[in-house]
Amino acid sequence: MLPKGRRNKQGIRIDPEAEAEHQPERALLSALVKHEPGVLAEVSGLFSRRQFNIESLTVGATIDDDFARMTIVIEEPRPGIDQAKKQLEKLIPVISVRELDRDAVQRELVIVKVNGTEPDKVNAITDMYNGETMDAGPRTITIQLTGDHQKIDDALDAYRQFGIREIARTGYSALARGEAPTAQVSEPNQAPTDAQTATEEAADD
Amino acid sequence: MQMSERASVPKEERTDEEQAETETVDGVATGAESVVAGLQNAGVEHLFGVQGGAIMPVYDALYEHEEMDHITMAHEQGAAHAADAYGIVRGKPGVCLATSGPGATNLITGLADANMDSDPVIALTGQVPTDFVGNDAFQETDTIGVTQPVTKYNKFAESSDTVGDSIGEAWALANEGRQGPTLVDLPKDVTQSETDVAPGLPETPDTYNPPTEADQVIVQEAADALANAERPAILAGGGVIKGEACEELRAFAREYEIPVVTTMPGTGSFPEDDELSLGIAGMHGTGYGNLTISNSDVLLGIGTRFDDRLTGGIDTFAPDADIIHVDIDPAEISKNVEADYPLIGDAAVVIEQLDEALTQSPPAGEWREQCQTWKEEYPLDYEMPEDEPLKPQYVVEKYDEVTDDDCIVAAGVGQHQMWAWQYWTWKKPRTWVTSHGLGTMGYAVPAAIGAKVAAPDQEVVAFDGDGSFLMTAQGLSVAVREGLNITIVVLNNEAVGMVRQWQDGFYEGRRMASEYPWIPEFDKLAEAFGAQGLRLEDPDEVEETIQQAREYEGPTVIDAIIDPTENVYPMVPSGGDNARFALNEEHLDQL
Repeated sequence: MLPKGRRNKQGIRIDPEAEAEHQPERALLSALVKHEPGVLAEVSGLFSRRQFNIESLTVGATIDDDFARMTIVIEEPRPGIDQAKKQLEKLIPVISVRELDRDAVQRELVIVKVNGTEPDKVNAITDMYNGETMDAGPRTITIQLTGDHQKIDDALDAYRQFGIREIARTGYSALARGEAPTAQVSEPNQAPTDAQTATEEAADD
Repeated sequence: MQMSERASVPKEERTDEEQAETETVDGVATGAESVVAGLQNAGVEHLFGVQGGAIMPVYDALYEHEEMDHITMAHEQGAAHAADAYGIVRGKPGVCLATSGPGATNLITGLADANMDSDPVIALTGQVPTDFVGNDAFQETDTIGVTQPVTKYNKFAESSDTVGDSIGEAWALANEGRQGPTLVDLPKDVTQSETDVAPGLPETPDTYNPPTEADQVIVQEAADALANAERPAILAGGGVIKGEACEELRAFAREYEIPVVTTMPGTGSFPEDDELSLGIAGMHGTGYGNLTISNSDVLLGIGTRFDDRLTGGIDTFAPDADIIHVDIDPAEISKNVEADYPLIGDAAVVIEQLDEALTQSPPAGEWREQCQTWKEEYPLDYEMPEDEPLKPQYVVEKYDEVTDDDCIVAAGVGQHQMWAWQYWTWKKPRTWVTSHGLGTMGYAVPAAIGAKVAAPDQEVVAFDGDGSFLMTAQGLSVAVREGLNITIVVLNNEAVGMVRQWQDGFYEGRRMASEYPWIPEFDKLAEAFGAQGLRLEDPDEVEETIQQAREYEGPTVIDAIIDPTENVYPMVPSGGDNARFALNEEHLDQL
């Protein structure tokens, strides 16, 4: 007696005729963590040892000295994103994790150093992308830009004609839009309260 | 304050567990004393460890605490395994101690083992003084860094005022939720510094809230699926035992007449002499156990992480089944196999929830008959010759016959472990003490020590392989010194047998580095350690030899010279279909 069905590599039952697997997608995770030594190593270690593909990870203080916020951009098939969230939540110093919607307020900062031979043209592009010149000399101009991934990629493309010497990108920082909470101090496995859900729904509208 | 003046809680007064949990030690003078007080507050009775420079202040503080029994191990790996086995048997964290540097790194295999099997263990490691940290001081290792991937939680102790509470927190985290190993790294200046802050009772952080009850809506949906299942099966994992849910599982399975298969860590959660028991599943599980899982239409997995040795190829794992997955760890849900009904919660609580939601037994009369037919068709079996050579399965069966159901069986990793697992008839939880997920050869000897210390009134036998035994045989010195009545049966085939079996099956018989051209005589080795050593070759002498071992006061090693051609079957090749298992070599070739 042999069963007929099959599962895919992700353990999901499938129609053997039409094998379907989840394609990688980009997700923005925000984690509130204890502000203590070793937490960054613990989180980055988790991502590397479980082979989660991260695009960027930023960390910084919050208004409460006890906590820091990490913003992580991850590219994985949907089951991998869910697994990454749950594995993150398992770490004892991680207080809560939330996947942010696409409409979340999100920004990346880049500092780009280009050749300074054509300052007027460089300034024109900087103005176009609402950037700010931080340092200018006879040989180099250093500019700061913020925006989403796409905007920064476009700006860098535009600067390329002058010759880019170096860049430093921060990766994303993000907060949920409107009144919706990002990742807060609450019981990790607790379902959101009605009030919370209502706020989130209101924000979604 | 003098040591002798300190208020300690005498052992007699701590026999009542509740009392131990409400009393705290008040009055400490140093960080090290705070560490010891933290352990006392947690009700710790035994410690397994090895001395060394950076941990000396903690040992010094233990000097006057005779109510806490420290077992000096021969190697830190043994200390971790002994604590792990102690944790398995008692259900509460076992404690191991080691110094900094090599002491800490030697613990790692044991911690990784505990991490894979969710065994409750707390490790305390010495560390160089805080000012020296980062300077490559003598015996310095970044213990926090190297143990992070293999512990549930670890903590670098920052001050003598808080160190006792850090111990309590680590103990509580090892114990609560999904159990696991935790570690506190103790810099020497912290343990040596003065303090007058006594630690409180063990407490997990406020932010740690393991789930208890599963979502009632999903419970009802799962119960409905189960009620209508024609081919239901329960897969009971280690979480059933860890979650103290064996009684609930047994009552549930019997009430609704659902066949039960256990995973290797779940072994003992359901008695194998029950008609509903379909034995064990996985690579070397029983044919009938694997067929039951493979052909089920609703599979209730409780406290199992659907590990690859259990599932075989994921594409063919219970492919027709709706999976109800009960686990306390949300990260286990849909990690390996998608859960159609995820029930996140405590095993005992969720089984009760299911029981309340279930209105009828599944219509599975025919299915149960089918399962019984498989049991008759594919029994565990081996050929028993008239006389020699000695068969390992026979030794296991004979040992099982003479011992009672409380007998604890420890095992290393390899063929001997599989034979012990397959041929022992398991009836009680916490009697099967082995290395599951990590597959740690050398686990048996220190595990037998830890198990015996945890349960002095229960008989303890360890089955070991010759390769496995050689990795931690130094633990015999501990067993002799402590006068432990344990028997270690070395099923000796003069090879790393499981590797050899794979070489014969999958590497065209090219036996690279798997056979020993020469190995010591283990009975004589045992005698050199001060243990009783017995040699067993003749199948007719099995019972007599076992008796001699059981009657001896102290540890015995039986060097059982077994048929070197014997291999472990049934077998599902790695990544294979569990419904297509090999019963012998020829069969394996056809798969």
